Amino acid sequence: MALTGGSGVSPGGNAGPAGMRVLVTGIGTFWGGRVAQIIEQDPSVEIVVGLDTRAPTVPLERTEVVRADSSYSILSRLVQATEVDTILHSHLEVDSTTIGSRALHETNVIGTMNLLAAAGAPGSSVRKVVLKSSTLVYGSSPKDPYFFGEDSGRSGPARTRVERSLLEVEGYLSDFADDHPDVVVSRLRFSNVLGPDLDTPLSKALQLPVVPEIFGFDPRLQFTHQDDVLGALCFTARHDVPGIFNVAGDGTVTWSDVCRIVGRRRVPISPLGTGVAAGALRRLGIVDLPPEVQSLLRYGRGVDNRRFQDAGYRYRYTSAGTVEDFARSLRLRSAVGDRSPAYHYDPVVEDFFRRSPAVVSRRTSAAPRRPGADRRPPTAG
Amino acid sequence: MERDPPEAPVIDLTDVDASSRAGRELVPVPRPPNPGVGDLDAAGLSDVDGWGRSERMRQLIRAAFDPIYTHWFRAEWDGLERIPTAGGALLVANHAGAIPSDAPVIMHGIEKELGRPVYGLADYFFRGLPLAGTLWSRGGGVTAHPDNAHRLLHDEGQLALVFPEGVKGPSKLYKDRYQLRRFGRGGFVETAMRAGVPIVPIAVVGAEESMPILARSGRLAKLLGLPYVPFTANMALLGPLGLFTYFPAKFKLRVLDPVRFDLPAGRDRYPRSRVMEESEAIRTRIQEALYDMLSRRRSVWFG
Repeated sequence: MALTGGSGVSPGGNAGPAGMRVLVTGIGTFWGGRVAQIIEQDPSVEIVVGLDTRAPTVPLERTEVVRADSSYSILSRLVQATEVDTILHSHLEVDSTTIGSRALHETNVIGTMNLLAAAGAPGSSVRKVVLKSSTLVYGSSPKDPYFFGEDSGRSGPARTRVERSLLEVEGYLSDFADDHPDVVVSRLRFSNVLGPDLDTPLSKALQLPVVPEIFGFDPRLQFTHQDDVLGALCFTARHDVPGIFNVAGDGTVTWSDVCRIVGRRRVPISPLGTGVAAGALRRLGIVDLPPEVQSLLRYGRGVDNRRFQDAGYRYRYTSAGTVEDFARSLRLRSAVGDRSPAYHYDPVVEDFFRRSPAVVSRRTSAAPRRPGADRRPPTAG
Repeated sequence: MERDPPEAPVIDLTDVDASSRAGRELVPVPRPPNPGVGDLDAAGLSDVDGWGRSERMRQLIRAAFDPIYTHWFRAEWDGLERIPTAGGALLVANHAGAIPSDAPVIMHGIEKELGRPVYGLADYFFRGLPLAGTLWSRGGGVTAHPDNAHRLLHDEGQLALVFPEGVKGPSKLYKDRYQLRRFGRGGFVETAMRAGVPIVPIAVVGAEESMPILARSGRLAKLLGLPYVPFTANMALLGPLGLFTYFPAKFKLRVLDPVRFDLPAGRDRYPRSRVMEESEAIRTRIQEALYDMLSRRRSVWFG
């Protein structure tokens, strides 16, 4: 219908004046909430719907939050009723230390299956699906290439549950892309993410007084800054870039250099029976290094990040810059304490500010965003 | 309810004015791109590159190896000028000696004479070794994955050294010395074709006699998970010390004329017949050069 080039339809598709209608999954997660925060600032975005079983952890101005489980019926109803054209599927668990085996499967595999089923229903309004995947799908083994390309396969079968579930998710997405050639399907594979506001097994290990390393190994690692994760998700939402993309900061950093930047000493754990040693560390409550992190600390992983750059994305942080920014946030935290967010989501309050006739100006209901206004003075903690 | 600014906002939207944001990316630039480059310098980082190689470590290794190269093996090059001084090239050589001494000699020689780094492609077995694997990697060792070779040769224009005989070269017995094994399946030719770089064949004499294998045990190798377990003449004469001690065989290296391919680079596949043909031709040339060099050699120890 748009082929005749009628005046109201932009050639760019969903970025046109009609406005994007975006569904963000996992609005209660770190990524979902922050992505929605950014997207709702864009005037060309008509509506943002956030979906999760949990409440958002960040304040949202106009994102409509739907609390639901990931069952199919609600998803298809939601997609039909809201006529969303873009789905940002950020709700994939990649940290196996914070979630049980079954919940991981339910969230990643079943959740994605239902989401894609709803998105692919006949007459669906969905024109774009963006998946936040992970370079965990490549695994980590001595047989690996030093820089995985998007088309490189794994060197061996996936042995950890988080890797297996991500591979299943990506399989569903490939099927979806094959079945729906008219839908832009983008798959972003993020390498180890670090950032001031984020906890991962590696970031937790780096906060210990002495950081574990596997004796005799000093792997090359690649890091993505949390801002680049958000930037990449929003870039992909904004531009039509179908395909698979590795997202990782330029360059690799050895684990010893990571520890040097963060300013921590290393303590070796045995290269033989590493699993047993890691199990002991976990039971003692010191640090949880799941199998995928153990192999990462042994062989490391690098990815070729050029395809996403060729698509037009500019990284804000290199791998080393990412670690450095993380180190700064650690130093700040050690000086002023933990600055965990104090926001509590209350549907009634949110509804009042958004819909009550008593609210004169919707924009002032949210904190005004002026230069510097968002920056808390460091002494405030 | 007054909403405070969120704690430690991740993305600061205020840095960019709305007009410039309108038709562009959703996320404005939040912070300087790579903060604290000065801080990174202050951290005293290593100089390990994306391949795990460290030039500082190479300098140490070169300093330690140079006496062996100069006074023990007394390495002598012929035709070093045939190695390109710029751009990618795949160096291909014969492989010998229980713990092959040819790889360090070639890498050392080229880095010393031409000042170009050489990446030595080898079995992934090394990457799995604690300490030794890290040292191997810092010293310029890279696993022989086709993707690695392509990135090194095509994208970065580096010199890469490969031994197409693979493990069959250094594991062969002394009685088979200087008899080239099969050149794998010609993967090195395909790699060079795809990368659009020349192959530079190198014939090496001396490595065979520096650590000759008298016998080897397949059963022990399987038990220990090693590619092969040799019993060398060095071990017979020097006992355990023989594991680390080479005989002072005279090294002679001859660089042959580079092979350039008239096929377009960057293809997924190349005709198998052509690949095998080129592979066999290179193998024959190295073999013939070896016979020629051996026929001129008067002494194993003095050349």
